[in-house]
Amino acid sequence: MSIIPQPLTEFPWRILALLLAIAGFGTIVLYSAASGNIFPWAAMQAVRFCIFSAMALTLSRIPVEVFARFAFPAYGAVLAALFLVELIGGVAGGSQRWINLGFMQLQPSEFMKPIIVLTVARFYAMLPVGEIRRWNAIWPALVLIGVPWALVLIQPDLGTATMIAAGGVTVMFLAGLPLRLFIGTGIVGACAIPIAFSFLHEYQQNRVLIFMDPESDPLGAGYHISQSKIAIGSGGFWGKGFLQGTQSHLDYLPEGHTDFVFATMAEEWGLLGGALLILAFMLLFRWGIRVAMRTQDKFARLAAAGLTTTIFFYVAINLMMVMGLAPVVGIPLPFMSYGGSSMLTVMLCVGIIMAIDRAGKRRTGTGNWA
Amino acid sequence: MKFLTPKRKIITEAAQSFTFTRRAMVVGGIQGAIGALLVGRMAWISVAENEKYSLLSESNRVNLTLIPPRRGWIVDRNGRPLANNRTDFRVDLIPQRIVDADATIRHLAQLLNLQPDDVDRIRDDLEKSAGFQPVQVADKLTYDQYAAISVRLPDLPGVAPSQGFSRHYPAGATVGHLLGYVGAATAEDYKANKDPLLITPGFKLGKDGLEKAFDRHLTGKAGAKRVEVTARGKIVRELTTRQDTPGNSIKLTIDAGLQEYAGRRLATQSGSVVVIDCQNGDVLALASMPSFDPNSFSDGISHLEYEMLSKDDHVPLRNKTLQGLYPPGSTVKPMVALALLEAGIGPQETVSCGGAIRVGNTLFHCHKRRGHGSLNMRGAIAQSCDIYFYQMAQRIGMDRIASMARRVGMGQKFDLPFPSQSYGTVPDPAWKEKKYDQKWQVYDTVNATIGQGYMLINPLQMAVMAARLATGKQLMPNFIHNARRPEPATVGATEEHLVVIRDAMNAVVNGGGTGGAARSSIPGVMIAGKTGTAQVRRITMAERAGGVRGNSSLAFKLRDHALFQGFAPFDNPRYAIACIIEHGGHMIRNEDAPMIASDTLSYLFDPAKAMEKLETLEKGWGGTPSERQAREMAAFRLAKAIEKGEVAPPSDNAADNASNAATPSPAPPPPARDESDNDVPPPPGANMTDAP
Repeated sequence: MSIIPQPLTEFPWRILALLLAIAGFGTIVLYSAASGNIFPWAAMQAVRFCIFSAMALTLSRIPVEVFARFAFPAYGAVLAALFLVELIGGVAGGSQRWINLGFMQLQPSEFMKPIIVLTVARFYAMLPVGEIRRWNAIWPALVLIGVPWALVLIQPDLGTATMIAAGGVTVMFLAGLPLRLFIGTGIVGACAIPIAFSFLHEYQQNRVLIFMDPESDPLGAGYHISQSKIAIGSGGFWGKGFLQGTQSHLDYLPEGHTDFVFATMAEEWGLLGGALLILAFMLLFRWGIRVAMRTQDKFARLAAAGLTTTIFFYVAINLMMVMGLAPVVGIPLPFMSYGGSSMLTVMLCVGIIMAIDRAGKRRTGTGNWA
Repeated sequence: MKFLTPKRKIITEAAQSFTFTRRAMVVGGIQGAIGALLVGRMAWISVAENEKYSLLSESNRVNLTLIPPRRGWIVDRNGRPLANNRTDFRVDLIPQRIVDADATIRHLAQLLNLQPDDVDRIRDDLEKSAGFQPVQVADKLTYDQYAAISVRLPDLPGVAPSQGFSRHYPAGATVGHLLGYVGAATAEDYKANKDPLLITPGFKLGKDGLEKAFDRHLTGKAGAKRVEVTARGKIVRELTTRQDTPGNSIKLTIDAGLQEYAGRRLATQSGSVVVIDCQNGDVLALASMPSFDPNSFSDGISHLEYEMLSKDDHVPLRNKTLQGLYPPGSTVKPMVALALLEAGIGPQETVSCGGAIRVGNTLFHCHKRRGHGSLNMRGAIAQSCDIYFYQMAQRIGMDRIASMARRVGMGQKFDLPFPSQSYGTVPDPAWKEKKYDQKWQVYDTVNATIGQGYMLINPLQMAVMAARLATGKQLMPNFIHNARRPEPATVGATEEHLVVIRDAMNAVVNGGGTGGAARSSIPGVMIAGKTGTAQVRRITMAERAGGVRGNSSLAFKLRDHALFQGFAPFDNPRYAIACIIEHGGHMIRNEDAPMIASDTLSYLFDPAKAMEKLETLEKGWGGTPSERQAREMAAFRLAKAIEKGEVAPPSDNAADNASNAATPSPAPPPPARDESDNDVPPPPGANMTDAP
């Protein structure tokens, strides 16, 4: 340890290698999805990964306190953007999820995913220890989560809304709120599902119904799920081989390079590729949770665990959707699906966790040495 | 801040930290569990259900297109094709692959000599075509045209030349009614039988005639082409191809040469010729003219051509050999004579013909106004004397005549491979009672003995009658070569009686009788036969008083039918023939039934000589039937164009032709059925005349 200079030991080699493996695999899959072409997707995805990796590494140098301090202002800014989107959408007529900044399409709800975690973590970090079992510990968090959740839901974007709620609630759970609250809410929620269902948009209801029975409408709304399952199922254990997927290359699989990229991968790489990819993601989450458990600072540990869970929700919801275990909601698979917004968000999470990791190591390091 | 700590449960930093660690472990555990669940789910889909999804994936990827099977050939008794398949070269455009549509079409138009209206149609189709549906540019290309396009393919993206098969009838119109034609399946066909082959482009069904009757036999097994397609239906590549199995061929009893000869020999007349082999009943020719050309029907007939055919008063759309019903006229006389012999009347018994006879209170005339004088049976048949038969028939009664008529095949429905046939009537008292609820009258017998009144026959039945009179055996008409059939029953006449009849029929042609025109040109072959004239109008007393009007002064539809039945050689019958000319009226000697029949029979003995005569004659008629029809078609098209004002009604030659051709169209309304088909004959008691 002493031979290698400190900056190098501090550099998060292992986690970067893991991310590089996942994103590299994703790029290979996108290369195949474009019928063996690095354009239009694979090259762009690789470039983005490099840029966002650099961004994550930069973030990792920022002291954790900065994130804590900017959590509320950032929350306010994104919330304002969400309102703005809603207004523009109202004027333009129909649903709108982004603000056109000229050079890129900014989708504020995407940013809300990590920000809500930081904000709720910040709130509980500020909350006096003894207050945790009081009503005062619950309602502010619920408001913080509820407002963006409602705004995103009416966009309507069920997937993102669910992720915002899930991210916030996970932090509440980790903060130590009484367990009975979650169990009770869970039971009430289960009872309320039918009522909530009736409030969904018709196309959302259809998606849910078709998810229950995709074969009922294989050419219509169930088409995505049916074709995705066919792609995964026909891949078998070893897969059809690189560039040999028919479902994706002959356009039977819709969104084969974005939301359903996992099916594209599974068709060619089989169960083997799928299991390895899921294992890689699990290693990433294990690292995140371990960082959280090592950390003593309240905000930092809540943020680390919460952000890890946010990435986890991406992966879990996407894979469940692709395998026919969840309705079709537009949640991409991190590092695999083509698209800048999701990668940016995930890399933000990773960068902050790396910053927390670094801060934690420093502290223990100094403690040992001083 | 410590003072705010609740009293009941003390929560410290350490306790909260411990809670966090525990809960973080729970969260991590749940994440791991869900990860395991996902791997398990994936394993279930991809390993346990792999077979199911692999199959679905294959059925997505692979598209099966059927290749229409080649239709079995129809060949004549000597193996000459009557219907075969011609290689058909065609060119299509695949809209989605075209780079520059205008340039491509221009190039194609130049290569294939496309007409401007074809080019317009292609442009229209191209605009309307959705996605990958090919647009036909042209079919029936020559090999050279096909090759010219094939070599330029690299410069013509989106152009797809291909090769298929289409039905071809070498003899054209002369086999139209015999074989029928083929055509694409209709929506009803597909509804009745959801065979995907029916909606495969290029697949044709038998629509009429033998093509329809033997459709299943002629249809082969479809081939299949497996192609890889994208979700939008674009063909990526061909995988495997299974060739089609051609249908079985059929060998007919028809003699292709004779069939074509008979069709051409019918000249410009509306008529039919049937030839039967006296050895076994094989039908050697079954010609009905004029006819449609089955080649143009099978390719999808144009509107105009169909209109022309359906307006023609020579009814080219009706198969007269089976669906035409005519009063047999005097052609029944040999049959009646055979019945007389059977009833015990001697061949030498005579009747004196004075030109007319009173039956009841009606006067029945002989066709010869001055009368024939005294005649025996031979003379009565040879001269076709009506009075002899009026008298003799009254002696034996209708039932015995009707019995003989049925035994020689009149009114009999044969088991034939044709979708429809009309079979004539043999009237007798029981029949009239049942049909009209009226008693049989003597004048009914009188009418029937000369083949008028209720009596009706179709040309095939007439040929069967000739064959049975010639052989004394109840031969059954047959179309399938080498078909197995039972030994025919006898007609029930003695050989002695048959000799009398054959001798008398010989006298008709060779003994100064009414059928001299049928005299054979082949040395050593004598033709025997019987002429007939079937009247389709009533001759009033007034007209008879002023002289019966000649056929040439009458409208086409009012002229008499001309009939002939016979066989050759007369002493050892080998072939029997029937010929009926609708509204022929015995006006043109070389287009009349006896000579047509005689020439057709001569083809069987000396084809070269018969052909030579026909070709000479055809020069006078304006060429072969197809040449004449093509000219008619051109004239009709021009007339239509003038009618629509597309072409200026002109002052030159062309206009004369056009107006000539146009005359038939405003003529008598639907020529569907003429008087001779009516079940109700001219009212009994009319003054019946019978001519040779």
